[in-house]
Amino acid sequence: MTSPGTPVLEVADLRVEFRTDEGRVQAVRGVSFQLNRGEVLGIVGESGSGKSVTSLAMMGLLAGSARVSGSVRLHGTELLGASDKALSRVRGQSIAMIFQDPMTSLNPVYPIGYQVAEAIRAHHDVSRDAAAKQAVQLLDAVSIPNPAQRVDNYPHELSGGMRQRVVIAIAMANSPEVIIADEPTTALDVTVQAQILDALRTAKDQTGAAMLLITHDLGVIAGQADRVLVMYAGRVVEAGTVEEIFYAPRMPYTLGLLGSQPRLDMRRQRLHPISGAPPSALNLPSGCPFAPRCPLAAPVCEAEEPPLTGAGGHLSACHFSDQLVGLEPADLFRPVSQDTTL
Amino acid sequence: MIPQPGTPQPVLEVRNLVKHFPVRGRGLARRRAGEVHAVCDVSFDLYPQETLGLVGESGCGKTTTARVLLNLQPATAGHVHYQGTELTQLSSKAMRRLRRELQIVFQDPYAALDPRLPVNEIIAEPLRIHGLYSPSGREDVRELLRLVGLTPEHGNRFPHEFSGGQRQRIGIARALALRPKVLVLDEPVSALDVSIQAGVLNLLADLQARLGLSYLFVSHDLSVVRHIADRVAVMYLGRIVEVATADELFSAPAHPYTQALISAIPLPDPRKERARERIILTGDVANPANPPSGCRFRTRCPLFAAHLTDAQRHRCAEEVPPLITHHHPTACHYTELSTLPALSGLSVATGDDLPRCARAMRGRERG
Repeated sequence: MTSPGTPVLEVADLRVEFRTDEGRVQAVRGVSFQLNRGEVLGIVGESGSGKSVTSLAMMGLLAGSARVSGSVRLHGTELLGASDKALSRVRGQSIAMIFQDPMTSLNPVYPIGYQVAEAIRAHHDVSRDAAAKQAVQLLDAVSIPNPAQRVDNYPHELSGGMRQRVVIAIAMANSPEVIIADEPTTALDVTVQAQILDALRTAKDQTGAAMLLITHDLGVIAGQADRVLVMYAGRVVEAGTVEEIFYAPRMPYTLGLLGSQPRLDMRRQRLHPISGAPPSALNLPSGCPFAPRCPLAAPVCEAEEPPLTGAGGHLSACHFSDQLVGLEPADLFRPVSQDTTL
Repeated sequence: MIPQPGTPQPVLEVRNLVKHFPVRGRGLARRRAGEVHAVCDVSFDLYPQETLGLVGESGCGKTTTARVLLNLQPATAGHVHYQGTELTQLSSKAMRRLRRELQIVFQDPYAALDPRLPVNEIIAEPLRIHGLYSPSGREDVRELLRLVGLTPEHGNRFPHEFSGGQRQRIGIARALALRPKVLVLDEPVSALDVSIQAGVLNLLADLQARLGLSYLFVSHDLSVVRHIADRVAVMYLGRIVEVATADELFSAPAHPYTQALISAIPLPDPRKERARERIILTGDVANPANPPSGCRFRTRCPLFAAHLTDAQRHRCAEEVPPLITHHHPTACHYTELSTLPALSGLSVATGDDLPRCARAMRGRERG
């Protein structure tokens, strides 16, 4: 990718495979991207597209049954295959993670102030008191009211939104260079989601971190991301700036996603769903994995999986990208499908 | 489809519906420690062939409302009239007869289908229960499968062989088997990915047009409701705070909560999304076991926090704002002070000295 900026994190040909009783599951199949200083890179995709597995693999957090290959470099240092000890220095220090469910990422038996301070003390030689003071400041930065009193609360005493703020405070604690947020607002109500997106912004601005924002919500991506990767069946199928992805998609799947999305700013009109369902990672079709659902599919699509190519940073994996120029979802995904043959 | 004055009688009339759940203490006696006010004085009408969206955040009582009005849980107080019959007092035997006409589709298509029955049997089950499985029953089931966009060959398979979207179609086919008039859809597409969800939404629209169904569409997703509903009722902490046609609600929301809710929904359009002024509510939803007095939204209300005099605030705390039944009912004492610009006419607010919500409101006054 030729976008400007200094890369903080470079991922090249990342592959993850699980061996299961039913066979090999290819969850991630050759994902490459770079994350530049200060940018928000969104990864969008539907369930099973491999977006979460990608982030877990980068941090070395997958179970032993996973086979991970490729390269993940933080400032040129390889993380894949690094020892657990070396990774422990990176996790929480240079790369922080925020997960979907704040209840499971916090420890239920310690007060929240202690958990924030613990994150600081894990990487810095500071006194308990100094860390505790810093914890109050961090909780204040993510807009937890009365942080000096709240530090003594346990996670179960807080609402979901407050818990996610604590997780963000922990992520900010060591001014990381990269924050990976995996569906950070999916478990939350929409009014709370707006608060948390604000807190994430604050975290990013105050630490100067680059952010990898993983979500299935196109609206969140539209509001937060600078660049976007669209994932399907374990691969990046389109990459570009947020404007390129939303206003000039070059991959039929991206166009289909946009056409399927009901929008608040539009009166009721027919949606343009993509027919069929995503393929199983156990049994991927040969060629382009989107071909069975794609209105443009031709014999070449079943024969050959298209590479991710393009010019000027806008990449797509489609044999017929050129045909998508200027198309609306309705032009490609006819509302007349099996649903309407009534 | 939007009912005008003088148009047909509602199929379903809900009046002052209340549902309290007891909260039991710990220990052996499990004494009553209080009550959760899940649904509080909820009234609305559902008209023939319309879709009424019932929206709100988790815990606001929308699902409980749906379940109580179908008598799946007894109401604590209030009335539900279905074409002249009072449902809340019915015996389960009498209710069973009416269930032919009032059906429900559940959120989780994985949990709602019996994993040990083939699809044909799942869809035939309501027909058998009601003694309607005639010799032509097999053909009826095949027809239902076709109706929801599946093929009759799918009938011999089991639920686990289907994707989430297909399972939801099976759930819809089962609900339609008895030819109901009213379908309660409880978050029917929330568990589905967006590319699958769109197909189910289109199917629901087609079925309504073809079969003349009335839908009560319960959802937390306002974008989906915008897409499918004719009218929308917004719930907050057990109460309905606003009812309007979808066009009115989304272009001119009157209640401060509705305004905040709509402003919080991200638009899948980067330029529009980044140009929007957002009302960010502070705090969390209050505890339904101990709701605030007066207006339940006042603890988070930006209007209450920044724009009311002490005397006005006193009224919010003392007096429950009624949902006045005129053409755009809104349960707010000071709704005239609180008007958000339409989604299309985004306000250009400046003035960094003001808090965010105040800025949004100032932009409004100007615009």
